[in-house]
Amino acid sequence: MNALEITRFAVRGLTANKMRSVLTMLGILIGVAAVILLVAVGQGSSDAIKQRIQSLGANTLTVSASFSGGFGGPGMRGGGGGGGPRTQARGLTLEDARAIADSGNAPSIKSVSPVVTSSSATTTYEGASHAISQVVGTYPSYFEATNRPVASGSYFTNQDVTGVRKVVVIGKTVADELFGRLDPVGRNVNIQGVSFTVVGVLKESGSTGGQDADDVAVAPLPAVQQSLTGYGSLGSIVVQATGAEKTDAAEAEITAILDQRHDITGNATADYRILNQASLQETVTEATGTFTVLLAAVAAISLLVGGIGITNIMLVTVTERTREIGIRKAIGAPRGAILGQFLIEATLLSLVGGLLGVGVAVAGSRFTIAGVQPVIVPQSIVLALGVSVAIGLFFGSYPANRAAKLRPIEALRFE
Amino acid sequence: MNRRADGTSHGPAAGPVYGLADASAGDAANGAEPVLLIRDVTKVYGEGEATVRALRGVSLTVERGDYVAIMGASGSGKSTLMNIIGCLDVPTTGTYLLGGVDVGVLDEVRLARVRNRRIGFVFQSFNLIPRMSALANVELPLAYGGVRAAERRLRALAALGLVGLSDRVGHQPNELSGGQQQRVAVARALVTSPTLLLADEPTGALDSTSTGDVLAIFDRLSLSGRTIVVITHEHDVAAHAKRVIRLMDGRIVEDRRQAPVDGPPPLAGHRPPTEAMSER
Repeated sequence: MNALEITRFAVRGLTANKMRSVLTMLGILIGVAAVILLVAVGQGSSDAIKQRIQSLGANTLTVSASFSGGFGGPGMRGGGGGGGPRTQARGLTLEDARAIADSGNAPSIKSVSPVVTSSSATTTYEGASHAISQVVGTYPSYFEATNRPVASGSYFTNQDVTGVRKVVVIGKTVADELFGRLDPVGRNVNIQGVSFTVVGVLKESGSTGGQDADDVAVAPLPAVQQSLTGYGSLGSIVVQATGAEKTDAAEAEITAILDQRHDITGNATADYRILNQASLQETVTEATGTFTVLLAAVAAISLLVGGIGITNIMLVTVTERTREIGIRKAIGAPRGAILGQFLIEATLLSLVGGLLGVGVAVAGSRFTIAGVQPVIVPQSIVLALGVSVAIGLFFGSYPANRAAKLRPIEALRFE
Repeated sequence: MNRRADGTSHGPAAGPVYGLADASAGDAANGAEPVLLIRDVTKVYGEGEATVRALRGVSLTVERGDYVAIMGASGSGKSTLMNIIGCLDVPTTGTYLLGGVDVGVLDEVRLARVRNRRIGFVFQSFNLIPRMSALANVELPLAYGGVRAAERRLRALAALGLVGLSDRVGHQPNELSGGQQQRVAVARALVTSPTLLLADEPTGALDSTSTGDVLAIFDRLSLSGRTIVVITHEHDVAAHAKRVIRLMDGRIVEDRRQAPVDGPPPLAGHRPPTEAMSER
């Protein structure tokens, strides 16, 4: 009596009641498919969010003025609490930016780009008109720091900044709205009545959080200040760290410089805050991780329910086949053979159901679910299959044991 | 058989079933050992006031080649005796030796092996496994005994031929008549070449024609030297046996010999073989 023989008995037992076997498998199938698919959805949304954060720029920190109490949290520095005495709030100035850039004790900082922004700037080109949602005035280092390469033309240069030249790099949306199929490079546009020469078009980056990141124009800082925003305080300062692992060091360096310049001492609340891209990403990854675990836990419950379904059906099978078990024992079936037969029946139910579940999950992951493209995690397949087989063994062992323990005389008397 | 005193080594290498005479001939050579040796066996069920004394001291010796009918009314203890002889139950006191092996001291695994190799069961209600062909049913004890598939098939086909069902090997139990099912059950009991063929009311659920077929098969098996114990309450069935034992209230009250152990059974040849039998 070998394992193959016992397996054959088990398969015969399962096929004798096809409808019942299929329905029991369905429970496991749904459980396994749900685990794999929901983990894939969690992974997919996590990947999408990470990609969006990365598109904002690599290794960058954004320093912005904080006039309100602000909200503390990972990725934010200063602004929180509000318990201590508050110094007179000051906006960020070009001198702040220069101090960070020129300071000898900021080795983790690669570049500093002061930024002013003007929103809804009406722009015209030969009759075509478009309100650009954001006009940015900054330095050339801004393009690298925020990860915005140009598709055609080029960036403006430091000479353009110092010469206060009216040149502009426009986003894809602006180019489409104003020029259609024409090549915008070298043409003049009117922004709020001031003429700018287009020197480049940014590469398309897609929308982030409902806002069109391509509906943008970037011009030299003094040019925008002169024609649009005036020479007030800066909107923000974009700082690029020398590496991904240096962002925390860069944040500390900025804090030291700005605290000194803004006279922030002791427990006084800072009048600026620093948004750290790297720690923001960490936080989001953590949050989506929790979200994925939650989804998997819900799915795991359905797998458990499927397992209980196996116990249920195997108990019915054992009761129904008590007499058959008695006959087998009377003609000399050892306990192990009976135990093995019913255990293999239960495991086959869960294994086949699990494999079908993997198939359904892989097929289902090709579709977009709730706006998320699922990304299958290989470990989740291994885990779900392993767990389903373990469930078969665990939930099948009780009925199988009951069958194996039956005494032949009583089993034979069973009607 | 006494050279295999451990009671477990009666392996697949035992003589093929189609040479039925071989088993008895081989055993007869060294066969002073009785097939059954039951000494002062009692069986008590329950405890306290609910105690039932099903057997009150039964002693019985069955020699090799004998054909014994155990008779008795219901409640006489014959089913209990049959369970003990069939190694399905153990006696409360007393000893039981099957082919020289003390069955009372064996554990469950060894008992299963003894049932598999030394005893062939025939039940009143056939007890074939549904949804399995006649051939698969007959192969089953060999499968549990660890016989290889090719040899198993050969021996099962031979056993089915012996009971005249060579043309029904692929049929499932529900496609066979009661008589045919019981003949499949007899083939299943014979296929392992057991020391003892144990039948519990084998004709109780059969019509007279089928009863005749089954009893004729038993006669022929007895003629070829096989040891048979039949539990029955029918006198017609008991008339075929060489020896009739009557049980009453858990005790043997009559032990009558109708034919010598080494002779033919009393009614062998009285009835012409059926068509199915002559086909062989």
